[in-house]
Amino acid sequence: MENVTTAEQIAHAEHGHEEHTLSFLQSYVFSQDHKVIGIQYAITAMLFLLFGFSLMMVMRWNLAFPGAPIPVIGNFLGQANAPGGIMLPEFYNQLGAMHGTIMVFLGVVPLAVGGFGNFVLPLQIGAPDMAFPKLNMFSYWAFFLGGVVMLASFFAPGGAANSGWTSYAPLSVIATQGQTWWLVGMVFLITSSLLGAINFIVTTIQLRAPGLGFMRLPFFVWAQLVTAFLLLLAFPPLEAAAVLQLMDRLAGTSFFMPAGLVTTAGVPLEYSGGGSPLLWQHLFWFLAHPEVYVLILPAMGIVAEIIANNTRRPLWGYGAMVGSLVFLGFMSFVVWAHHMFMTGMGTTMSAFFQTTTMIISIPSVVILSALFISLYGGSIRYPVSMLFALAFLPMFGIGGLTGLPLGLSAPDLHFHDTYYVIGHFHYVVAPGTILALFAGIYHWYPKATGRVMNELLGRIHFWGSFIAMNVVFMPMFIIGLAGVNRRLYDGGMQYAHAQDVIGWNVVSSYGAWTLGFFQIFFIFNFFWSIRHGKQVDDNPWKATTLEWQAPSPPPHGNFTTPPEARRGPYEYSVPGASTDFTMQGQASGPDPEPAKV
Amino acid sequence: MDIPYTVAERPDTGLNNVKLGIWLFLASEVMLFGGLFSSYILLRVGATEWPVGSTLLNVPIGTFNTAVLIISSITMVMAHASLKLDEFGKYKTYMGLTILLALTFLAVKGYEYWEKVSNDHLPAESTYLAIYWTLTGLHGLHIIGGIIVNSYFWGPGSAMWRTKREQFINRVEAAGLYWHFVDLVWIFLFPVLYLL
Repeated sequence: MENVTTAEQIAHAEHGHEEHTLSFLQSYVFSQDHKVIGIQYAITAMLFLLFGFSLMMVMRWNLAFPGAPIPVIGNFLGQANAPGGIMLPEFYNQLGAMHGTIMVFLGVVPLAVGGFGNFVLPLQIGAPDMAFPKLNMFSYWAFFLGGVVMLASFFAPGGAANSGWTSYAPLSVIATQGQTWWLVGMVFLITSSLLGAINFIVTTIQLRAPGLGFMRLPFFVWAQLVTAFLLLLAFPPLEAAAVLQLMDRLAGTSFFMPAGLVTTAGVPLEYSGGGSPLLWQHLFWFLAHPEVYVLILPAMGIVAEIIANNTRRPLWGYGAMVGSLVFLGFMSFVVWAHHMFMTGMGTTMSAFFQTTTMIISIPSVVILSALFISLYGGSIRYPVSMLFALAFLPMFGIGGLTGLPLGLSAPDLHFHDTYYVIGHFHYVVAPGTILALFAGIYHWYPKATGRVMNELLGRIHFWGSFIAMNVVFMPMFIIGLAGVNRRLYDGGMQYAHAQDVIGWNVVSSYGAWTLGFFQIFFIFNFFWSIRHGKQVDDNPWKATTLEWQAPSPPPHGNFTTPPEARRGPYEYSVPGASTDFTMQGQASGPDPEPAKV
Repeated sequence: MDIPYTVAERPDTGLNNVKLGIWLFLASEVMLFGGLFSSYILLRVGATEWPVGSTLLNVPIGTFNTAVLIISSITMVMAHASLKLDEFGKYKTYMGLTILLALTFLAVKGYEYWEKVSNDHLPAESTYLAIYWTLTGLHGLHIIGGIIVNSYFWGPGSAMWRTKREQFINRVEAAGLYWHFVDLVWIFLFPVLYLL
């Protein structure tokens, strides 16, 4: 290839064009360039994912071998948390709450939206940067601060938040100081995603390249656009709820506190009363259900891009997929109370919300089916990214289908708050979204660095993770169907009905540690390939969308010549064309120079 | 590198970036206050007893403050219109008035707060007072935010009038949209807390 360039050459050429040179701080720390911010987001989020996963690896020891001292790291957890290396229930609760919080708000969403959205979206729509670069920088740093507050809360008196990632009142109102830190951290994270969401929407609507109409947008861009609307409109009610809970904790109000609540102290708490614990759940789930779609939609976007590219065919039913996406986004605002069937909110409410829940499964199935049908008749290539993308389909399928019984209020009587629920949503988020995010990393790594990641290490990483994840989560369905509750720090060993299935906890734990082991291949590959990966040209996957028209890595301002979109995003294998892909920005016709070959 | 459509309108959407951005921000603000007002409705409907606002709060003072905010919205519009008419001096006057009115609102609100504190009517006393303090407090923070932004455009930020005129007018318009929203929130808050 004639235009093979290294990162150094690009950087050199870029400096030649710039009138002003930026200091190290300006270009790498307080950068306003969407690509640098995207990478900052991605790396910070991956570190948080690793940390959140480590918390779980520690918890899984106690679930598998309750009461046994944790080997090696047990000595470092502190006497207050694990005397003699044996984990205390209070500490288990902290780890559980923080595992959920970190994975959702500091790991998956910042990687999927902050990382991939920032890096890929402006490139895919042919924009020089985000619409508000300074705001973009602020949103990264607000996220970073929120993360620091969350981590610091482990050192607060009484430790980190311990009322679950859902922070249900009244438990959370009377919890230790860590909960206040959690709420303050959440306010930072909410501000961050609010600023980010505004930026994504304005960028997508205003900065599309000439000719790039809405129905020519890559599916990934559509997914990010709908996600941004969810973040914009669903997060503020949680901010309101966080403010109210802060008032309850600090000013002694009783928004969520009923009158005369008696705790272990034996005397009624001093609250004026009249508050509603249920109100917190409504406000929380009004955010947290759209949040589920914030977790999954970018993953669907990534998978759609990779599948179209590696089947060398257009996506099947692009229009239907986009329509489903928008409908999904809309419906996600009217299903929240299906998390609350057991709260006593009444059968009328339950009937309404189970109906909307059944309706929302339709667009999800449309998208998943369209992706499956896209595979049919394709001449499929299998780079590592495609393996991850293909694994996403059945894994998300399992996650989605196991959700149907939970969405109906009658079976939910049995399943509610059991390990079945844990299995269900982890199948959506872990083997679903996280596999898709890995797919995206392998797919766009050459765009960010000019090099591809090592194939062999990638394949080891894929097969190890894919199998281990199923070993972790499949047993949870078995445990949950037996009726074993979640959030038990000993895995349920006190309960007679748990005795037959409790052995599966050991299997699941070994799965989790194996999963951790196979991530070493990824971490090594990620850093090693920056310098030693195989160098490739600007479009190593022979893809069609606009980001592959920019140099790798793209310079400040992204494109050497302003791009223009002349056709749809997935013009693969067009009959009569000389190559099996026709890029969106390619000058004319499906085949400009047929005779020259 | 310049970001397109920061000043000029994009032909097919008919918007510039700033205007779209501020409207999206206001949409999220609607959801924030919407969440709070919904909480108020839910708590009030579920309550066994609920005081009538006028027995605890001073309605004439609240009415006065409502008028102050509405007038400040008018002066804000006049400030923006003056810029459109190329009259920078008038802009300074009207923007200054807007800021003064906002400060008046805060001073009056501060007096009301002081009265409540000195009579020991704190948020912990009842859910009604909790809502009163939280909602007016959050609204007050929005007012302070508006004062900071408007003061910047009145003072150091107005240097942009000479260098990037169009962009400056856009910014003042965006600040104005925010200011009207804050005003509107109060127009809901006043009857909900003082009269009903």
